[in-house]
Amino acid sequence: MATTTTTVPNAGPVSGSRSFLHRLREGDEIARIITFLFAASVVLVTLLLVFELWQGSVLPRHKFGFAFFRTSVWDPIFDQFGALPFIYGTVVTAGVSLFLAVPLGIGAAIFLAELAPARVSDTLEFFIDLLAAVPSVIYGLLGVFIVVPLMRQYIQPGLKSVLGFLPIFSGPAYGIGFLTAGVVLAIMVIPYIISVSREVLLSVPRDQREAALALGSTRWESTWKVVVPFARTGIMGSIFLALARALGETMAVTMVIGNTPIISASLFSPGYSIAAVIANEFTEATGELYTQSLIELGLVLFLLTFVLNGLARLLIVATSQRGGGTGHT
Amino acid sequence: MNRLRWRKFVSGFMLTMTGVCALVAVSVLFFILGYLLYHGGTSISWNFFTKLPTPVGESGGGMANAIVGSAKLLALATLIGVPIGFLGAIYLAEFSGSSVAFVVRYSADLLNGVPSIVIGIFAYAIVVLPFKHFSTLAGGVALGVMMIPITLRSTEEFLLGVPRALREAAMALGASKWKTIATVIVPAAYRGILTAVLLAFARIAGETAPLLFTAFGNEYWSPGWNQPTASLPAMIFKYAIAPYEDWHRQAWAAGLVLLGLILVINIFARAILARGIAVPRS
Repeated sequence: MATTTTTVPNAGPVSGSRSFLHRLREGDEIARIITFLFAASVVLVTLLLVFELWQGSVLPRHKFGFAFFRTSVWDPIFDQFGALPFIYGTVVTAGVSLFLAVPLGIGAAIFLAELAPARVSDTLEFFIDLLAAVPSVIYGLLGVFIVVPLMRQYIQPGLKSVLGFLPIFSGPAYGIGFLTAGVVLAIMVIPYIISVSREVLLSVPRDQREAALALGSTRWESTWKVVVPFARTGIMGSIFLALARALGETMAVTMVIGNTPIISASLFSPGYSIAAVIANEFTEATGELYTQSLIELGLVLFLLTFVLNGLARLLIVATSQRGGGTGHT
Repeated sequence: MNRLRWRKFVSGFMLTMTGVCALVAVSVLFFILGYLLYHGGTSISWNFFTKLPTPVGESGGGMANAIVGSAKLLALATLIGVPIGFLGAIYLAEFSGSSVAFVVRYSADLLNGVPSIVIGIFAYAIVVLPFKHFSTLAGGVALGVMMIPITLRSTEEFLLGVPRALREAAMALGASKWKTIATVIVPAAYRGILTAVLLAFARIAGETAPLLFTAFGNEYWSPGWNQPTASLPAMIFKYAIAPYEDWHRQAWAAGLVLLGLILVINIFARAILARGIAVPRS
C-alpha cells in the first residue's frame, strides 16, 4: 500500500472538440454527473459525520469547556461529567500496547523484509493479513477466556514478585485491567505494524544494503544501522497507524479493561477507556447532557485518530518516495 | 579476531530474534484458529443454526435470529457501500480533475480512519434519532458507511491499474467514454474490484461496536427493517461477558462461525486476485 506511488495518467480529454450536446447524447455527460454524485456523497457523508459530532456535543462543550478533560467525576445523576479517567485509560492501554507491539512488530517486519526468501515472506504476510482480518470481538472473546485467567494466575503474580517494588506492578491481581487490555490491544495492532513496516523496509534501495555489506558490516549491522534508519520515518508512520487503531479500538478493550472509571498508577487496576464508555453507556444514557457528553467523547476520539492517521500517512508516503529503487523481490 | 566473532554472534543472534518475532506473530493466528475450533467445535450443533436463543438455564437454544440479522445487516450495508464506493471510484479514476479527486480521496481516507464506535454514533444520530428506535436499517447504514471508503480506494487503484493502451484503443474505435468504461475498463479490472468488495465485506462482517446502539439486539426474530435486530458479533459480545456457562459455549460457537466466514471470504478474495487480473497486454 505504501509503495503504490505510480499513477496512470487519465486518457485525457479526447472529446474536447465535440459539442456538449453530442457528448450528452452519447451518455458521457450523464455518466459523469451520476458518478460525480456518488463521489460527492462520500464527501457529504464525511462532512455530515463531523457536523453531527460537533452539533451533538454542544451542551457539554458549553457547560464544561476544558474542564471536561481535566475533571474525573463521572456522575450522571448529578450531571457532572469529567472525562479524565477515560482519557487516562485510553492513553495507558494504548501505551502498553505499543510498548509490547513495536519491538515485536518491527522485529517480525525485519525478518519478513530482509531475511526471509520471497516465498516465505509472502506466505507469512498472507497469514499476517488474515490476522488483521480477525474481528475485534473475537479478540475480546479470547481475551476474556484466555488472557484474563493467564494474567490473574501467572503473569501478574509473576510480575509482582519480580518487579513489585514499581508502583505500576502493585496492587491485587484481578486479571482484568489496564495491563490485560494493553496486551490484547498489542496482539491486535501487531499485524498493522508488520504489514506497513515490511512494505517500507522493502522500499529501501538495494545499494544501501550492498554498500554497508561491502564496507564489512555484518548482516545485522547493515540492517540495523543502515536499512532501518533509512526507513525510520515510514516505521514511525506504521506506529502512528497502530496507535490510532489502539485508541479507537472498542470491543476487545471493553471486554477486558474492567469498566471502572478510576485513575490508578497500577497497571493491574481495572480502568475504563473512551471507546468502552461509549459502548457501555450510550444506550442507557438518559438526559441530553449525558448523551451529549458521550458524543463529545466520540468527537475527542475522532480528532485523535484524525491527527494520528494524517501524520502516519505523511510519514509513510515520505519514506516510500525517498526509497525510489526497491528491494522488492 | 575476537571482536569479529562477537559481531558475528550479535548478528546471528539478533537475526534469529527477528525470526522468533515473526514466528510468534504468525502463531497467534493458528492459536486463535485452534482455540476457536476446539471450543466452538464442541459447542456447535444443528440447533445453533435453526433455533432462537433460549432463556438462561434452558439449554438447546441457537442463534438463528442473529445469523439472519447479520445477513440482513450485511446485505443492506453492501447495497449502500458498494454502489457509492464503486461509482465514486469510477468518477475518481476516469472523470475527475485532480482537485476534486483530492477532496474525495481525502474524505475517504478520513472516513476510513474513523473508529467504528464513532461511526455508530453517527448512524445513531442520522437514523435512530429521526426514526425514534433502533433498527436493522440503522445498523446497515453504519456498516455501509464503513464499507464506502474501503471499496472506493481499492476500486480506484485497480481502475487506474488498467493499461492506458486499452482505453485509447477503445476510444480510437469510436466508443464513447462511458462505453469504454463499461465494456473495457471495468471488465479488465473486475477481479481486483471483486477482491476489494469481498475484503470490505469481510471487514465489516465482524464489526460489533457500530451495531451496539444502531441494530441494538433482539431475543427474537426481527421482521422487516425497522426493528432492533440481533447480529452474530453483538451476540458474541453479550454472551461472552455474561456469567453463564451455557452462554459462553454459544459465544464460542458463534465466534467459530463468524471467524470461519471471515477467513473463508478473505482467502477466497485473495485467491481471485492471485490468479492475475485478466488484462491482455499488447
